[in-house]
Parts: sequence; structure tokens; C-alpha cells
Amino acid sequence: MKRKILFALSSVLILLSFYMVLVFVPTEIDMGIVQRIFYYHVPLAWIAFLAFFVVFTGSIIYLAKRSTKWDNVASASAEIGLVFISLMLITGSIWAKPAWGVWWIWEPRLTTSLVLWFIYVAYFIVRGYVSGEERKARFGAVVGIIGFLNVPLVFLSVTLWRTQHPPLTIFSGGLEPPMLATLLVCLVAFNFLYFYLLSERSMMKNDERMLSQIKETIARRNA
Amino acid sequence: MKELRYAFTIASKDVLTEIRTREVLSSVVIFAVLVIIIFNFAFGSSEQAAGLVAPGILWVTFAFTGILSLNRSFIMEKEEDCIEGLMVAPLSREAVYLGKFFGNTFFILLIQLIVIPIFSLLFNISFFNLELVTITILATLGFASVGTLFAAMAVNTRARELVLPVLFFPVITPVLIAAVNASAQVLDGQSFGAISQWMGVMGAFDVIFIVASYLIFSFIIEE
Repeated sequence: MKRKILFALSSVLILLSFYMVLVFVPTEIDMGIVQRIFYYHVPLAWIAFLAFFVVFTGSIIYLAKRSTKWDNVASASAEIGLVFISLMLITGSIWAKPAWGVWWIWEPRLTTSLVLWFIYVAYFIVRGYVSGEERKARFGAVVGIIGFLNVPLVFLSVTLWRTQHPPLTIFSGGLEPPMLATLLVCLVAFNFLYFYLLSERSMMKNDERMLSQIKETIARRNA
Repeated sequence: MKELRYAFTIASKDVLTEIRTREVLSSVVIFAVLVIIIFNFAFGSSEQAAGLVAPGILWVTFAFTGILSLNRSFIMEKEEDCIEGLMVAPLSREAVYLGKFFGNTFFILLIQLIVIPIFSLLFNISFFNLELVTITILATLGFASVGTLFAAMAVNTRARELVLPVLFFPVITPVLIAAVNASAQVLDGQSFGAISQWMGVMGAFDVIFIVASYLIFSFIIEE
């Protein structure tokens, strides 16, 4: 029931966000039409970091309590976070090309996101190369914790390394009310989408695990 | 304090094994010099180029050699099932971590002690001053802190040689950036004042990840 509500809410809000981003919001004067990607880029970034924070807390709780439920939450959140951070890097590149003239710059936020992308890819590589559900969960949790602890340090070091920030005109003058409204709708929509995906995916993982247990029991009985 | 004494016993066991077998040191030093020479081919050997790329080459070399010796430190235990011995020994898992951490720090420093003179000779750069020694020690502590944790994890996966670098490189990004930039500044004639920020990044990394790895290590070698 809860998931149905989340699904309905996120569907309606995402549809609304299409309308707001493509029709409602006025085109930005300096950057033109490409600036519209901003309304998706920012929520993607926010959800990616939220998702990795959930991986971090889920991992700690898993190691403390050892209930597979929390590993399911953490690994589901890592999957969603990885998808969102990839989309964020892609939308950022699409925006960067017309805005700055290049696809990529070694700016602190971009570089930190790229390093994070690699850390959470490593999270799945480790899980993939480990045998045994319980060990998978334990090793994943360790990477989830260490990887997240690293975020502020990566950001700090990259900021010191590349002190020249590109001018972000978006934030300097504040946002016009219709733009702010659009951004807020997108943010809320993506938050609902995230929690919907998280509950759906961790539920699925619970079912998968239960199913494999049942299979094992049957196999043992037949043996 | 008992824990520290156990840790030193484990570290000295590793050092003694190395003195008797000379398995790691000889091959790793050869590997390090090879990497330096290959970089030299890639970037040219003019004095200008050397000044520009030397710190980068040096730290990339140390990151690569670090991986090799870190991997060895647990593969060695695994091969002869010595890890079982360590597990049943009447000492805490944290003492095992500290012992391995001390041993790895010692080995990486020793490799650097051999490689740096060769490097200075090949690139015509003087590398011995107090600033660079401090940078090297801080960075090595950082490498060994997460490196020991990840090596213990990698040895329990199916693709140990792959898993360690995939985990290790993204996480040590802050140390690598700090070490390269600080060494470049020192080679430029700057002293401690100019590089204090970088020292701070490495110091913070060391403290955070020695403590975090110490606390989390027991979850890795559980079974």
C-alpha cells in the first residue's frame, strides 16, 4: 500500500515536472534552452548523495545488527545512487559543453562526483567477486562506510587543487520564482521516486533471498 | 598497551619473513625502477619535463608499488593458511590490523628509501629534505591505513589482484593529490608554510582512516 502511494505520487510529480521544465519555466537569457537540464541535474545530484548516505547508515546498522534487511536497503540504495550519479555526470556534461565550451573540467564538484562514481562501482565489483551472501553483505558494508567517510576529504583536496571555480551564474543572483518553483517540484518528485525505487528494490532483494532459501531447502530434501 | 605489543610482534614476524625470503622487496624495487624508466620514456627526459612531471611520476610509482606489497602481505598469510593461525591466536582482531598496518608502513617506507635515491639519480633532482620526508611519511601512513584493510578484503575475493587497486585508487585520491602537489611545491623551493594545507589533508586522512580501519577490520576476517 505504502509503495503504491509512493509510486502514484512520484509518477504524478514527474509528469508535472515534465510540464514545468519543458513548458512552464521561462528560458534563461544567458544560457538559453540548455539551462533547462539544470532542473534535473540538481535533483539527480541531491538524490545521488542522499542515496550514498543511506548506503553509509544502512551499512553501519547492518554491521551492528546483522539483519539482511539492512543490507538489502544499503545495496539497493547503492544501485540507485550509482544510476543517479551516472545520470548526473552525463547531464552535467551535456550542460557543460554549451555553457563552458568543454564536456569536462576538473572542477571540485565534478571531480568529487567522478571519484564517488568509482568508489561505488568498486562496491559492486567487490560484491561480485565474493562468494556467500553473508560475506557479500559484510564486505559491501565496509566499502559503503569507508567510501562515504572519504567524501569530505576528496572534496577538500580537489578544492585546494583547483581553486578556480567556474562562475556559476545560476546561484549568484538567486533564482526567479518560476525557476525556483520548477526546481522544487523536480526535487520533491525525485525524492519520492528515490524512496519508491528504494522500497521496491529492497523488497525485491528480500524476495530473492527468500526464494533462494526455499530452493535450497527443497534441494536438500530431495537429496 | 598489550595490543600494541602484540601488533609489534606480528609486524616483526612479517619483517623477519621478508628478511629470510626476500620475496617482496627485491621484485617490488625492480618493478618500481621499471615504472620510473617507462614514465621517463613516455614523458621525455629533458630537464624541463623532469621538473614538471617528477612528483607525479614518483607518487604514481609509490601507489603502484604500494598495491603490490599490500597485496603480498595477506596473500602470504592465505597461501600457507597462516591466517587461521593468526585468527586462533589469543589476541584481538584489532591487534592483527595494527600489526599488519605497522608491517605494511615499514615495507612501503623501505621501498621508498631504496627507490627515491635511484629516482633522484635518474631525474637529476635532489629529494632529501625534511619537508619531503614528512610528506612521504604522512602519505605512506595514509596508503597503509586503508591499504591494509582493503588487502585483507581483496585476499578473500576471487580476483584479489583486481579488487585491491579498484578499491584502493579512488579512496586514496586525497592523499595522492596532496602528496603530488606538496612535493611539487617543495621541489619549487617552498618550505613548510606553503604546504601546510596539504599536510593538513594528509594528516586528517591518516587519522580518520587509521581509526576507521582499526574499528572495522574485525568485520573482514570474521570467519
